[in-house]
Formats: sequence, structure tokens, C-alpha cells
Amino acid sequence: MIRYVFSRLATSIVLVLLATLVVFLIANTIPGDPALAALGDEQASDPAAVSAFRALYGLDKPLWEQYWRFLQRLAHGDFGRSISSRRAVMADIIDYAPATIELATIAFLLSLLIGLPLGIIAAVRRDSWVDHLARAVALIGVSAPTFWLAFIMLAIFYGYLGWAPGTGRLDPIAFAPDRITGMLLIDTIILGDWETFRDAAAHLVLPSIVLASATIGLITRTTRAAMLEALSQDYVRVARAKGLLARVVITGHALPNAMLPVVTLGGLAYANLLTGAVMTETVFSWPGLGRYTFRSAVSVDFPAIMAITTIVAAVFVLVNFLVDLSYAMLDPRVVKK
Amino acid sequence: MPAPADILLQVRDLRTWFLTDAGPVRAVDGVSFDLRAGETLGIVGESGSGKSVCAKSIMRLLDEPARIVGGSILFQGRDLANLDEAAIRSVRGREIAMVFQDPMTSLNPVLRIARQLVEAMTAHGRFTPKAARLRAIDLLRRMGVGAPERAINSYPHQFSGGMRQRVMLSMGFSNEPALLIADEPTTALDVTIQAQILELLRELNHDFGTAVILISHDLGVIANVCQRILVMYAGEVVEEGPPEELLSDPRHPYTWALLHAAPRIDATATDRRLATIDGQPPDPRAWPDGCRFRARCPFAIAQCADHPALLPINDTRASRCWVTQQGGTLRPPERAHPAPTMAIADARQPLLEVTDLHKHFVLPKDGYFTPARVLRAVDGVSLTVHRGETVGLVGESGCGKSTLARLVTRLHAPTAGKIVFDGIDISQARQSDIRPLRRRMQMIFQDPYASLNPRMSVGEILAGPLLLHRIVDSRSAASGRVGELLDLVGLPATAAGRFPHEFSGGQRQRISIARALAVGPDLVVADEPISALDVNIQAQIINLMVDLQERLGLTYLFIAHDLAVVRHVCDRIIVLYLGKVMEIARAADLFTRPLHPYTSTLIAAAPVPDPRIERTRRHVPMKGEPPSAVNPPSGCRFRTRCPIAQPRCTVEEPVLQPGVAGQMVACHFPGAL
Repeated sequence: MIRYVFSRLATSIVLVLLATLVVFLIANTIPGDPALAALGDEQASDPAAVSAFRALYGLDKPLWEQYWRFLQRLAHGDFGRSISSRRAVMADIIDYAPATIELATIAFLLSLLIGLPLGIIAAVRRDSWVDHLARAVALIGVSAPTFWLAFIMLAIFYGYLGWAPGTGRLDPIAFAPDRITGMLLIDTIILGDWETFRDAAAHLVLPSIVLASATIGLITRTTRAAMLEALSQDYVRVARAKGLLARVVITGHALPNAMLPVVTLGGLAYANLLTGAVMTETVFSWPGLGRYTFRSAVSVDFPAIMAITTIVAAVFVLVNFLVDLSYAMLDPRVVKK
Repeated sequence: MPAPADILLQVRDLRTWFLTDAGPVRAVDGVSFDLRAGETLGIVGESGSGKSVCAKSIMRLLDEPARIVGGSILFQGRDLANLDEAAIRSVRGREIAMVFQDPMTSLNPVLRIARQLVEAMTAHGRFTPKAARLRAIDLLRRMGVGAPERAINSYPHQFSGGMRQRVMLSMGFSNEPALLIADEPTTALDVTIQAQILELLRELNHDFGTAVILISHDLGVIANVCQRILVMYAGEVVEEGPPEELLSDPRHPYTWALLHAAPRIDATATDRRLATIDGQPPDPRAWPDGCRFRARCPFAIAQCADHPALLPINDTRASRCWVTQQGGTLRPPERAHPAPTMAIADARQPLLEVTDLHKHFVLPKDGYFTPARVLRAVDGVSLTVHRGETVGLVGESGCGKSTLARLVTRLHAPTAGKIVFDGIDISQARQSDIRPLRRRMQMIFQDPYASLNPRMSVGEILAGPLLLHRIVDSRSAASGRVGELLDLVGLPATAAGRFPHEFSGGQRQRISIARALAVGPDLVVADEPISALDVNIQAQIINLMVDLQERLGLTYLFIAHDLAVVRHVCDRIIVLYLGKVMEIARAADLFTRPLHPYTSTLIAAAPVPDPRIERTRRHVPMKGEPPSAVNPPSGCRFRTRCPIAQPRCTVEEPVLQPGVAGQMVACHFPGAL
């Protein structure tokens, strides 16, 4: 098992490095000069200003040297300076990431909490009303466009019914708690500031539902299919033939087998939630990585783009590494003796 | 009939139907039988006869949309058919246990053996987890699992099929049930392992006094374990009796047909054709009026238009047949064809010559730094197949017979060695050079469900090779040839427009054969072509293959694990063990005078459907399971399981050399067993 963990870890590190190289090369071959984009028309017409800018950010060095410097700084957690915000990219990311992590995690937990039981019950009571409901939820969740769902939810629950608060992470008049982790729910718990906790939680409800909608659908569908498959296996009939309770047959025998595809999907879904919240964050004015990504892309902010891409790659590789580990724990056939 | 006092199970007029949208499928349609405490009862019949559904009805393990729509299942004073879910659960696993067909899928792959055994006992509250674990270890030891203290902590994938079936039997006996139902428990196992498991079943019945219902399609298996046999056909019991009488003097034409369709390892007939009955079992949605076997019965009389009852013949036997109830006899089948004079002559011209052939598979590595392991699937095999000959390849699973089949047709590339097909060395030929030769060598595969593309019509399947090899130059010419091919394998021309799923297993295998014959091959390599089929269908396919060989002058390389089948159809037989040839002999010689101890044990392990003959046959105990081909034993590969192994066998590998009368054998002590 330990050897398995290390071999997977080594593979993961190689993958992240490869990803940074690919990102670096792509970023350098796309048309669009960051110097021209950052300096504005007037300064960009001055060759001295342009070459000074290039020298400042190392853009005048050969490609391999730029990449080598990039890797060196990466080892120190230094992604360089953002061209548009003129701050350290790391500082930007530390500012923006917690909002996204909080939103994505809540959305992910929501997907599991709804998707897993719904999928399991739908499979056990096949063709019952629960099954039909599950299929409807899955269909709507997967097929409804995020921006549409976001506006509809806001219009109904904020605009018309007034049950939910508006956009942003907190009420405009509320004071943000002192920053500890940057994740409001955790910070307010640590500080014991329950009023702000409730406010932050209320603001999370609509965006997390919108963000989770597609994932709920996917997890429900996959769980249902995997459970149906597991329930039809011979070992489930054997378990019934032992005289076990139906509950034990379902949760003790079918479920552990059905979890294998769900874990794979769940890992990818979480990585997607963490990195793919652009639309939701935009509609809900959520100050997260998604919006930061969008802004950096538009302004051809190389250091920021590369930092974000590296982080995205790292998140995917890390999540896949965790999926592999949990797979090995769930299925003894993965790790051979 | 048994005295009512010791009756354990009394099934009366059981009807289990599948309530489908297209109407009820009457899978079990009025079955009645008794079972005494401690008795062993065999249920035999072909697929769809209702034998498995019958067993699942007793356990109430039916899947949707199957329902028990009538009848009663009295067990220890309770009617199992009417028990509520909680009550039937206390019977399952505790009073009645069940062992299923496929041990590879019957154990939960993600749970340890220990947990799966322990929960079977703790679920009924008779054991604490600790006591259950100790008992589980005892049971595993009793069932012949080595080092049970360690084995119990394993996961199922670490066990072979035979070992898993021993685990399943441990599970079955863990609560000392009054009845064990074994549904085809040895069908998925090799013949040597089957013999071990059947022996174990006999011992357990004797030691624990547990009654056993053994379900099988194989009369040989049933005959040697059971005190009484039920023969099922079309959802009914058609005959009942003790094996000695029922098998030597069948009183129902269906039993008669089963008995004569199965090739026997102790057969003496020289004709390769088997007695078959025509047609298929009737449609369970609409059983015919009258006797359900009438349409296929060679003995049918006018009275058979009325449905016969199952009536006693004497104290122990009953039959559902008007003919025998009126004292008629079922004469043995007449051989339709004279004994064929095989045209092996042809100056013994070799068509395929294989010399010192090797195929090694490199297995995936465990980690970055461990050396790769090599599976020596075929490890130095030499053989010759002459024109017009049928050569059989036999051995247990994992012996390399399928790999060898794929090597000689160059679906695999050999690691080393030489393959010469009709004078052309194809061992290292490129695929583009082999392609024209594919016309001359074709394969038939085991699984007729997986080997036909479900999206292509039968006409397209058969026209494909014709067009590919430019045997015909237009689709219209192809369709004419397709009609001829279908006729050749006994299918109607209308089959061309239909899709594979519309055919039964036997019909699909006919389509596979037609596809192989489409290009007019010289050599046909058949990899277990009949092992997925019912006995009567097996016989039909064998007869078809024999007919085609005579008409078209085909050469067969016939791969099978069933020795009786091989004995029946082959001129010469090659016995493989762990990638090496153990013995090569003419079929008749091999069975009357096996020289290699492995051949002897294989022959001894194959059951004969006649208990009286079986009692006189020699029983050679076959130890253990085949070792791994990754790490074969030193010296003679068979020595670890050989009853006559000597110290010499450990150090010196025997070479294949001529023994008596040109029989080739690789053993230091040929004929000593």
C-alpha cells in the first residue's frame, strides 16, 4: 500500500510539471503581447517604455530561461507580479481563493447529500415515484444552463419572495470578520460571531444550489446506475440467500461496490466545482477565483494566467491522487500484493 | 413413496411465472416432489426447463417479475410460499442454504472472506462474531482450504474458482442447514476441480446429514452424487427415479434423448455422430396442449395430444409419458449414418506444423522498480496437424490451449518458434502477408453471444468475409452465397435478414460456423465451440461439424476441456499442462491406455452418467490446483499434483518422446499410473 501511495505521488508530481510546461508554451505562442496590453496605447507606442516593461518582467529572456525562472519561483510559491493588478499574483490568489473554495465545498457537500441518497433509493425502489423524481432532478440539473438557473433563482427567491439575500458574500452593510482563513463560515465560527455566520450562510444558499445543480444531477444518475448494476450481481443474491436484512444487503454489499464509479466522478466533479465557477461567481458577484480568471484572461495577464492554470492542474492532479487512494481503499483488487 | 414422517420438503403443484408485459412466462408450471431428510436429489434439464427458477422459488429469491402464482412449498411444517419477508429471512441461510453456479461472481469482491463468512452466522444470532470466526476457520479447513487462519483474511480475488467454491460451501454449511441447494455448483470449474467439489459434497451430505438438491445440466454430475433424480422439461417434472434405473432404462423420451445426446468418456461406438432430437424446447409463453415434448418426440402416438400426468411406474419411479405408461419401450437410437470412413489418407500431408512455439506475456509491473513478471502461456509446444484430420487440444483452464489457437491463426504473434501453414512459414509474417492466408484458416469461438456483432444482420455478417476477400464481386452475388451458407449449416434463408439476438445459442453457433466457412477454409480452429450450449444442442453442432468435415474435407483443430467430446470427434489428441505438451496420442489409444499420469487423472475425473459403471471405474485423486504459469514448478511441471512423482521429477524435466505404438509422452515413468 505504501509503495502504491508513493508511486501514485511520483506520477502526480510529474503530471503537474508537465502541465506547467504545456501552459507556459501555450501562453507564449498565443497572439497578444502582454506589454502592449498592459501599457495602454500611449506608452505602448514608446519603444523604450516597452523594452523597460519587458526587462522588468523578464519577457526579453529566451523562452527556456523564462520557464526555468518560472519553475524556480514556483518552488518558493512565487508566481510573479500580476501585470494588471501590479501586485504579487500569490497575494491576489490568497485574496480570491477562499471565497471559491468555500462556495465549491458547500456545493459539493450539497451534491453528495442530495445525489447519493436519491440515487440509492431510486435504484432500490426502481420505477417508484422516487425513481421518477430522481430522474427528473438529474435531467433538470444536467440540462439547465447555469446563467439561466442563476437568474431565475435570484428573481424568485430574492426579487419576488425575498427569502434569500442578494448577491455578494455578505450584506453590504455588514462588517466582514477579521480574516483568518478567508472562508467566512470558518472564520465566524472561530470568532464566535454568529450573526455574521448566519449572514454568510444565507448568502451561500442560492449560489451553491446553482453551482451544485449539474453535479447533483450527475451524482444522482451515476449512483443510481452503479447501484442498479451492483444490485443485479450474484454476490447480492448470495447475501440475500444468507438471510441478511435488506438494509444490510444494500448498504453492506451493494453500496461499497457501487461507490467505485461514484468516487471517480465525485473527484472530478469537485475539481470542476473548484475551477469552473466563472458563470456562477459572475452572476452572484462572488469575489472568487472564477472572476479573477476571467479578468486575467481578458487582459492577457501572463503571470496570473499561468498561476491559475498551474493551480487548476494541481487541483485536478491532487483530486485524482485522492480518488486513486480512496479507490485502493474501497477496492482491494487495485493494489496487488 | 417415502413415509411422511421423515419428509423434509414437500413441493406441491408449484407454479412460478414471470409476469411480463407480453404475458406470463410459465417457467415453473406445476412441479411436485418430496425430499426426505438427508436425501440427495438431483434436478436435471436444459436451460429454460425451470430447474433454477424452482430452486429460487424454494428460497424465495426470485427477481422481478417472477412470482409464485400457485402451489405450496411445505418445509418443516411451514409453507415457504406464503411466509412474510422476515420469516423467510430466518429460513434463508439458516435452515436452507444455497450455493450458486459461478464462484467468481458469488463473493463480494470488496469484502474480506472473513466478513462474508462471519455475517452468514451472526445474522441469525446463533454465534457471536468471535465464535463465528473460529467456526469459519474450522469450516474452511474442513472444505480443504489450506492455511485457513491466513486465508480467511484474504479477499476473493486472491482465490481461484475452485477455492472460492469451497468458501461458498463453508458459507452454506455454516449454520448446519437441513437443506443445501446447489445450483450448477461445478459448471464453471475444470473437470479435476469438479471431481474434488463433488466428492466434498458427498462427504458433507454424509457427515452433516444435510439434504442436498443438486441442479445440473450434466447427467454425469447428478448420477454420481444423487440418490434420486428429477428430470425437468418445459416447466414440468417429466421423470423421477433412482439414477441406477433411470439412466439405464429411461421411461421418458426426453430423458432418453438427454442420455443419448451426451458424448460419454467410456463410449465404444465408432460413429462420431450423436443421437439428437430435432427442434427447440417450446415457448414458455404458450406451452403446447398435450404432451409438451410431443413435437420433438420420436415415439409420439395419437394419445400424446392429451396432456399426460406424472404417474408412478413402481415404488420409486414415475414418468409423464403415455407410451411408457402403456408398457411401450424406448428402443436405443438407430445411427442414421453408417460409420464414416474418415479420409485421413491424403498421404498424411501436414497442413500445419508447429515447432517449439513460445508465447510469453509480460505482466504489468507492481511498481516502478520491481522486475516485470512473465507469464509463459505457451512454453515450447510442437505439433503437426495433417490434412483432413481432427486434432483435439485438451487441458485445464490456463494450460495455454486458447493462446495456442490464437498463435497458429496468428491472431497473436509468437515470442519464439516456428509455425508453418501448408509449407509457408507464418511465424514472423506481417499482418499484410497473413491476410490472404486468412481465407484458408478460420476460427470458431466459444461464446456465440459475444462473437457475433449485434448491430449487423446475419446476411451482413456472412457477406463481410466474402467481399473482404473478393470471393464475390458484388453484394447481389454475396447474398446468393449467403443463402447457400445458411443452408449448409441448417438455417433457413430468411435468417439473413435477421439479427443475432433473434437466435438461440445453438443457432448463433451455426451462424459462427457459416461465417468461418464462408471463405472456404482448409483449417478451422474451433475454440471450445460447444461448451456454452445445452447437451442436445451440443450434439447437433458436433454432428454438423462432422458432416461439414466430410463434405468439404475440412481440417479441425478442436479445443475443449470436455474429454468426452474430444474423444468423440478427434482423431488425435494433444494434452497440454501449463503451456507444455504432456501427451500426444490417437484418440482411442489415449483413452484405453493413457501413458501420462495427468491424462489418467483427467480421464478419471470426468464423470460417467451411470452409477454402476462409475463404481467400477478407477478413481485417481487429483491433488490441488494448477500452479501459476508465471512460476512453474522445476523439473516436470505436473509433479506437484502427480500421484506418482519421484525425486527425479523435481530436478529433471522429461522430454516428449515416443512411447508405446507411436504415442508421444513427456514423463519419466510413462504408463506407471
